[in-house]
Amino acid sequence: MAANMSLKKNEMPVQDPVVRASNFSEVALGYSEETALDEAARCLNCKNMPCVSGCPVNIHIPAFIEKIKEGDFEAAYQVISESSSLPAVCGRVCPQETQCEAKCVRGIKGEPVGIGRLERFVADWHNEHAKENVKRPEPNGHKVAVVGSGPSGLTCAGDLAKKGYQVSVFEALHTAGGVLVYGIPEFRLPKKIVKKEVDGLKALGVEIDTDVIIGKTITVDELFDMGYEAVFIGSGAGLPRFMGIEGEALCGVYSANEFLTRNNLMKSYNEHSDTPVMHAKKTIVVGGGNVAMDAARTAKRLGADVTVVYRRTEHELPARREEVEHAMEEGIEFRFLTNPTKINGEDGWVKSITCQRMELSEPDESGRARPVAVEGSEYDIDADCVIMSIGTSPNPLIKSITAGLEVNKRGGIIVNEDTGATTKKGVYAGGDAVTGAATVILAMGAGKTAAKAIDEYISSK
Amino acid sequence: MFKIVSKRELNPTVTMMDIEAPLVARKAEAGQFIILRTDEDGERIPLTVAGYDREKGTVKIIFQIVGATTEKLNHKQVGDCLADFAGPLGRPTETEGLKKVCVVGGGVGCAIALPVAQKLHEQGCEVHSIIGFRSKDLVILEDEFAACSDKLTVMTDDGSHGTKGVVTVPLKEAIDAGENYDEVITIGPLIMMKFVVGVTKPANVKTVVSMNPIMIDGTGMCGGCRLTVGGKVKFACVDGPDFDGFEVDFDEAMKRGAMYRDFERHAYDEACNLFKKEVQ
Repeated sequence: MAANMSLKKNEMPVQDPVVRASNFSEVALGYSEETALDEAARCLNCKNMPCVSGCPVNIHIPAFIEKIKEGDFEAAYQVISESSSLPAVCGRVCPQETQCEAKCVRGIKGEPVGIGRLERFVADWHNEHAKENVKRPEPNGHKVAVVGSGPSGLTCAGDLAKKGYQVSVFEALHTAGGVLVYGIPEFRLPKKIVKKEVDGLKALGVEIDTDVIIGKTITVDELFDMGYEAVFIGSGAGLPRFMGIEGEALCGVYSANEFLTRNNLMKSYNEHSDTPVMHAKKTIVVGGGNVAMDAARTAKRLGADVTVVYRRTEHELPARREEVEHAMEEGIEFRFLTNPTKINGEDGWVKSITCQRMELSEPDESGRARPVAVEGSEYDIDADCVIMSIGTSPNPLIKSITAGLEVNKRGGIIVNEDTGATTKKGVYAGGDAVTGAATVILAMGAGKTAAKAIDEYISSK
Repeated sequence: MFKIVSKRELNPTVTMMDIEAPLVARKAEAGQFIILRTDEDGERIPLTVAGYDREKGTVKIIFQIVGATTEKLNHKQVGDCLADFAGPLGRPTETEGLKKVCVVGGGVGCAIALPVAQKLHEQGCEVHSIIGFRSKDLVILEDEFAACSDKLTVMTDDGSHGTKGVVTVPLKEAIDAGENYDEVITIGPLIMMKFVVGVTKPANVKTVVSMNPIMIDGTGMCGGCRLTVGGKVKFACVDGPDFDGFEVDFDEAMKRGAMYRDFERHAYDEACNLFKKEVQ
């Protein structure tokens, strides 16, 4: 097949913005076979594979795209699954534009190959067509416990199970998937896809115990007594941060975690759900990350008029460009260089929010321009709901109970970055529990690193 | 799945159940709570542990029928299972070193106060209990309190049982009479706990209150259960549920607790209608 020298990627078909702004179905619809073949033909199959170095789990990208070109989609899936446990998830939520696609040679002049879109196509094709014929690996007689069933835990569990370990995953909530089920909305990542990936791990022999809170129901030390030879902690993000401004305890103020958990895990957007959520008229979302975009777009779908306030400019928004564009298309208003100073209430409920204008000054330690308040610029925006999306601190439960597990001053578990080993023998950690809020793929990378180190640790005992 | 091994109505709106949950029973302590869902797709609700049997592997819960989920829970029978039952969560009530304590319970809060009183009694602490109810037919656990209290005062609002009046009256009398309590531990409606603190704070008697705000995950993730304590944001699920009563902002907690009242009323009516239809 001749190379496709078009400078542009094939566009991703999406639901019409007006229609999708009032439903919870997936926004991006996925490539057809024809589009996938056309996009695959844009890959030059570079010998030095710069894209692979941009992938936190080093998927053999040119190799899987070659298989697409050959029309052997199942083989393409097998190539991806050598490196990634969750292809259908990553194809949807990875920030490819700053990872693999940022390194793509085609991106020097024109747009890079749509690697993420192709990954999603291959994973969806597999989920729809492939006959599951999972070979259970020969058991090696060793047991490993994984704490948390989010992206890092599932990846670590999958990699170890493939090596023959007997892996038990302990999940505090009633459903496996961690942030993939409680955090990321249905319209970005349908929950049936997460379930499929989790079922895939179960087919490999991974046991998943829900409703077990490690640190409370069972301690880490007890896991060793139970015969587990190593423990991986992927307990994820923890308590939400608030701004510390007046009015944050009013009814109608949510953390993004709470708002999203109600909707995603508990399905409160569905009127038959027993879990309530506020159907606001005017919602203000504070923050500019992916979680803020998820919260804003969810609030929109519940019928609110939504405004995102962010203290820097559009240029500094930490959210993925695609999410920001989708949010804007759906009619979400953005007020940049705007920072809340007070939430005003009436009878205990949110009535309005007072904001001040900001200006950018010298870069701060994060390298981003520091926002500085403009004196006397305060003004009010009417609102009945405010969603704070300004970050989280790592989950506090395990560290408060486990002796020998050291954490840094932000509450993240201290690990050796090359192995994921913590300060406690036989205990490894990764994901948001270590780094604070980061991405799905970085958590997966950490799960993978730890799985390798755990295998070496147990094999050398 | 978590099987209901016993069920008993304590009064027309309060039910006691023992649930088979060996992992939780192994660890549970007075003052901690569990999160349950009655069915798949149900709501997650927190209930404070009302007792446990480590050998039988059961955990006791006592709940008042206040909304859709507690209504559904009350329709479950012995032998039925709950979809989820996770815990124990939160910090146990601190009882170490206490020599003389007044335990003040109100309504269904007495169910949670009882294991605390029992634990204090077992460690040799002198326990004075004051328990309050609206009327005689709502009185629960009186015999159990009598068994673990050196002194028990039962109050009803209408005087149909025990002494007529609210719990703060005998509490104030005791403090004024020179009862030197190391601590007052109070569990009940927010308004009652607020008034208890209104009595103990001027007398400077340390007071521990058990907060039961709205929760979702209950594991330190969502932040829904936040309270203002001593001017700082605290999370009942990991920092509590027990807090220093002098520092809690009760007025704010009462407002936040009412956030979903209309929804809950609606959901409760729906659940009741559903059960009525089933009966027909």
